[in-house]
Amino acid sequence: MQTQEIPRPASAAPIALLPSDPLPARFLNVLLVTWRAMTTSRKVAVGSAIVGFFIVVGLFGPFFMTINPNATSHLFIAPPSASHLLGTTVVGEDIFSQLIYGTRTSVFWGLGTGLLLTLLSVVVGLVGGYFGGWIDDVLTLLTNVSLVLPALPLAIVLAAYFPRGPLTISLVILFTNWAWQARVLRSQTLSLRNREFVIAARASGEHTWRIIFFEIFPNELGLVVAGFVSTTIFVVLTWAALEFLGLGDGTIPSWGSILYWAQQAGALGGGLWWWFIPPGACIAILGAGLSLINFGIDEIADPRLRPERSVKAGKSKKAVA
Amino acid sequence: MRHVIRRILFYVCAVWAAITLDFFIPRLAPGDPVAALVGKMSTKGYVTPEMKQTLSVMFGLDTHDSLWVQYFKYLGNLLHGNLGNSIQYFPTPVIQIIGQDIGWSIMLGGVAVVISFILGCLLGIISAWKRNTALDTMLSPAMNFLSAIPYFWLALIMLFLFSYLLNWFPLSGGYDSADIDPGLTFDFIGSVIQHAFLPALTLVISSLAGWMLTMRNSMITTLSEDYVLMAKAKGLSEGRVMFRYAARNAVLPNITGFAIAIGAIVGGQLLTEMVFSYPGIGYALLQAVNQQDYAMIQSIFLIITLAVLGANFLADMLYTFLDPRVRQERSA
Repeated sequence: MQTQEIPRPASAAPIALLPSDPLPARFLNVLLVTWRAMTTSRKVAVGSAIVGFFIVVGLFGPFFMTINPNATSHLFIAPPSASHLLGTTVVGEDIFSQLIYGTRTSVFWGLGTGLLLTLLSVVVGLVGGYFGGWIDDVLTLLTNVSLVLPALPLAIVLAAYFPRGPLTISLVILFTNWAWQARVLRSQTLSLRNREFVIAARASGEHTWRIIFFEIFPNELGLVVAGFVSTTIFVVLTWAALEFLGLGDGTIPSWGSILYWAQQAGALGGGLWWWFIPPGACIAILGAGLSLINFGIDEIADPRLRPERSVKAGKSKKAVA
Repeated sequence: MRHVIRRILFYVCAVWAAITLDFFIPRLAPGDPVAALVGKMSTKGYVTPEMKQTLSVMFGLDTHDSLWVQYFKYLGNLLHGNLGNSIQYFPTPVIQIIGQDIGWSIMLGGVAVVISFILGCLLGIISAWKRNTALDTMLSPAMNFLSAIPYFWLALIMLFLFSYLLNWFPLSGGYDSADIDPGLTFDFIGSVIQHAFLPALTLVISSLAGWMLTMRNSMITTLSEDYVLMAKAKGLSEGRVMFRYAARNAVLPNITGFAIAIGAIVGGQLLTEMVFSYPGIGYALLQAVNQQDYAMIQSIFLIITLAVLGANFLADMLYTFLDPRVRQERSA
């Protein structure tokens, strides 16, 4: 880790984008910054590879599965073998097939919910921060109240009352967890709204929504991406927890529902390790991949956390002065 | 003072929001909870119209009162500590069951939080102090990985390893209820410790990373301050600079985190308790969810929320008290 290369500020593209660029150029710039971040920081590279692996498995894995994940058979609780790579459940379902189909459900609902969550917090944060006044007061109050209410218990109560299914879980997580990111973005917007380029845009008669989402938003993109990554970790974990509790749709294979059925069938007391270890390991590895990306982003954004000599150089300069 | 009053008003607002959510969620949910329950109960035996009527009364659905009247009745009930009756243990009041369970949760969570806090802070301090050494570069990613593990799964693994394979610890429960009577006896306390060890260990492992990483980052920032350099230049001993100069100032974010964690004790270990079948509030919630014991689910949510809000309020006040900058900035 110590040999890790960190882009020197001079060579890296600026994270804050120039507002004068036309939109496609800005978009390209974002891609460029993302690519550089991915290739120059080893943490981000490893993390992206892990996440990419799960996405590929989720997308294409099920096409290679010959066994229906919900098909029962007479081969009960068989340990892993060549025909059943991860063994079978108490009713003879193939666990490997369930895991692959489950990857699709868990990864894509997780990423999708993370994306929606980010979108919601972007809208709340930017609108509140830009408009100020009573709109901001109301949104800030909502945000702060939502922040202090315990998310998981509230999610459990909500999910218990509404019909079971991925959509319910997604909405419940959305409703209970949007606030944190919204608060971060609001304060960032507050500091941006009186910059020259925003004032210039206002003076040239740009529409308010255009100012918010085309002038201010691109400048917060780094923050939003970091927020999206950490939000997604949280979503995946909460998702699995709610399903593990039996609040999901048990007929759709997913990491959480495999764990739920394993727990219900007493896989632990029966020593059926091949049933409950793989799905949890998948969650842990995906979570680790995402947090590696986040760690990398943090280091790029906050130079003090970087594991290299620049801090010491700074210190010695201070000492000389 | 203005700052304090504003915070108090805010928390009053938050408590009101929690109570109101608790009232409206069942009424907004699609479907009829009574019908669902009757359907569930009729698979086990005949449901008399009287039972059905009782259920409607319990849900407050029997009245022709307007929503507003129902709402104020609900508030009145809450003020009298009347949270309704449990369905699984009909007709025991919910508050009585929660009262029994909450002690277990607080004990387990309290011990785990204190251990995790102390250990996490120490590791963070040392990791920041020995920055860029092998210890630090190993510890941070390892901790990072630990924090990404779903902790209920970690609990499953622990249970499998130590209880099932090695048989060192019991598989479930809060104490050996078959052989030992609760009381202040040596046997009972020993049994309680034996049963609490694994859940506590899981909680410590899963929360350690947070304390450590916060402490490390805060400590790194503090270590680059001039007064730390000055202390080193004066030739003070390493331990003194590390703890009395740097750590003492760097621990502030963690202190408020600690106050919040105290509040989260009640509800922060729901899943761990569920996996270990530990007789706390989390396990009660799991059973309530499985049995569709709505009064119980709602009351547990309310109790957890009140605990969290109380602790957050405490943390806020503590921060104002400990860090004069907050006071001055906001009252100005």
